[in-house]
Amino acid sequence: MSATTEAPQTNAASAQPEAMTWDSKSRRMVTIYVPLACFLIILLFPFYWMTITAFKPNAELYDYNTHNPFWITSPTLDHIRLLLFGTAYPRWLMTTMIVAVCATFLSLLASTLAAYAIQRLRYKGSQYVGLGIYLAYLVPPSILFIPLATMVFQLGLFDSPLALILVYPTFLIPFCTWLLIGYFKSIPFELEECALIDGATRLQILWQITLPLAVPGLISAGIFSFTLSWNEFIYALAFIQSSENKTVPVAILTELVTGDVYQWGALMAGSLLGSLPVAIFYSFFVDYYVSSLTGAVKE
Amino acid sequence: MSVTAEEAWVRQAKAQSALSKLFDWKPFLVFVCMLPAAGLLLVFLTYPLGLGIWLAFTDTTIGRSGRWVGLENFEFMLEDPIWWNAVFYSVFYTGVATVLKFGLGLWLALLLNNHLPFKSMLRAIILLPWIVPTVLTAVAFWWIYNPQFSIISWVFIELGLRETNIDFINTAWPARWSLIAANVWRGIPFVAISLLAGLQTISPSLYEAALLDGSTGWQRFRYITFPMLLPILAIVMTFSIIFTFTDFQLVYAITRGGPVNSTHLLATLAFQRGIPGGQLGEGAAIAVSMIPFLVFATLFSYFALARRKWQQGESND
Repeated sequence: MSATTEAPQTNAASAQPEAMTWDSKSRRMVTIYVPLACFLIILLFPFYWMTITAFKPNAELYDYNTHNPFWITSPTLDHIRLLLFGTAYPRWLMTTMIVAVCATFLSLLASTLAAYAIQRLRYKGSQYVGLGIYLAYLVPPSILFIPLATMVFQLGLFDSPLALILVYPTFLIPFCTWLLIGYFKSIPFELEECALIDGATRLQILWQITLPLAVPGLISAGIFSFTLSWNEFIYALAFIQSSENKTVPVAILTELVTGDVYQWGALMAGSLLGSLPVAIFYSFFVDYYVSSLTGAVKE
Repeated sequence: MSVTAEEAWVRQAKAQSALSKLFDWKPFLVFVCMLPAAGLLLVFLTYPLGLGIWLAFTDTTIGRSGRWVGLENFEFMLEDPIWWNAVFYSVFYTGVATVLKFGLGLWLALLLNNHLPFKSMLRAIILLPWIVPTVLTAVAFWWIYNPQFSIISWVFIELGLRETNIDFINTAWPARWSLIAANVWRGIPFVAISLLAGLQTISPSLYEAALLDGSTGWQRFRYITFPMLLPILAIVMTFSIIFTFTDFQLVYAITRGGPVNSTHLLATLAFQRGIPGGQLGEGAAIAVSMIPFLVFATLFSYFALARRKWQQGESND
């Protein structure tokens, strides 16, 4: 049906080349650039709003009639000062950083070894282990946090960042292993055979041949793990009680929101500062991040 | 040259101690390599999964180990209108958010698949909502949804479209839709970028052939793009469904399940009963009630994967 109605139009258009170029240009404008601009505005607006609120003095923040809310007339650093010197924010940032780095390191170590064993050593049943790890990725933290909380309590790790470092790998390892299996698959097996003939041990091969070739994969997995552990919320909320051991996402929600009067400026400043480390980290390695995201989906 | 190489080789062979021989013995090496990952996953994932199911059949509270109470928790749950409400909202939230996320995400992916200037920068900017901590953007949304100082209300009033502030999160239905909007906002980038990767693997020659056959834009989408995208779409959708259904952060940060328990998802309800409420057994039962749904989604994913391999003619390895 639609073919018959569309066909004459294209014929008419090709008969008049000039009309077609103008038509296709404006058409392209309307069908591509306008929707794309709308998407960008909507996707970025909360960040703009977060930033502008963080630097607004309270007088402007709560008075939309005399000040245009979309702009700041007299920017202030008061909210950031309150956050950095009036709360334990630097401490929370530090805890989050330590937890994210340690959890990332631990999961990278474990998943590199596991991925190497599954993809390269190819023992009996390794494909089932691979499938099991894939399934482990589908187990969401929401159904694990209650039993994990009792376990953490019994192990005496309650209220300790160590609990988070040990628990975060449960959602990082499946992802990293899956990603690294894909990377190891792309490295030619012949390289390892050559090294074997030259008398290298298996560990030497892993350390000196396979790993250097898999560096892009390791970086992708590392960035992904770091951002995931930085963003993690439910475990940190359930396992940490004392104010000084909280991670940034939890602390902002539980420590800065006190009573009925919200310090919106400080809340936004806290959100902004808490987002910056991941955003900066991410901006250096965007391509690796995108390749890990899409690679994991395609695997 | 060759002499020195040979010497080095001989020395290496001699230096193989018992330890390095052990590490070259394959079963031992496999064991060592699998130990950290398998150990962590078994202790902190498989065991708690079992423990959670066991806890669901006990009356454990914080500080007191429970005793077996059989199906009591589940019987209580089935008579609990708040649980039924959470089931309804979890399904509704997942369904509506998934449809919107995939509709808009596919649209954005198709837009990005054109020849655009600054393409990689655009892609980087679009992923921002996905990488920034959910809770922190949820706080930003909380401020945007503020009953008194909402910027959206202000714009609508300034444009003369409304007289009063919009009520975003203080009554049940507006709160439900507001949460869905925040979830969709966060989910679009992931869907768009994953689908874009899928789109880029489709060979242009297919489109050329279709153009020669006189196809329309819609026909090319319907008979080339969509079927070629289906396998990756199925996988991304499974992940999206699982993580939307078990979502916790957004709802906890913006409404905490309120007003009057109307926006509780199963995860937030389980948390509220389990951790601050102290009823670990009951919370575990609510968490376990999510499992049937997840199993369904996983099977869906498994068969989608199998189908993809079959399409590409790969062996099942």
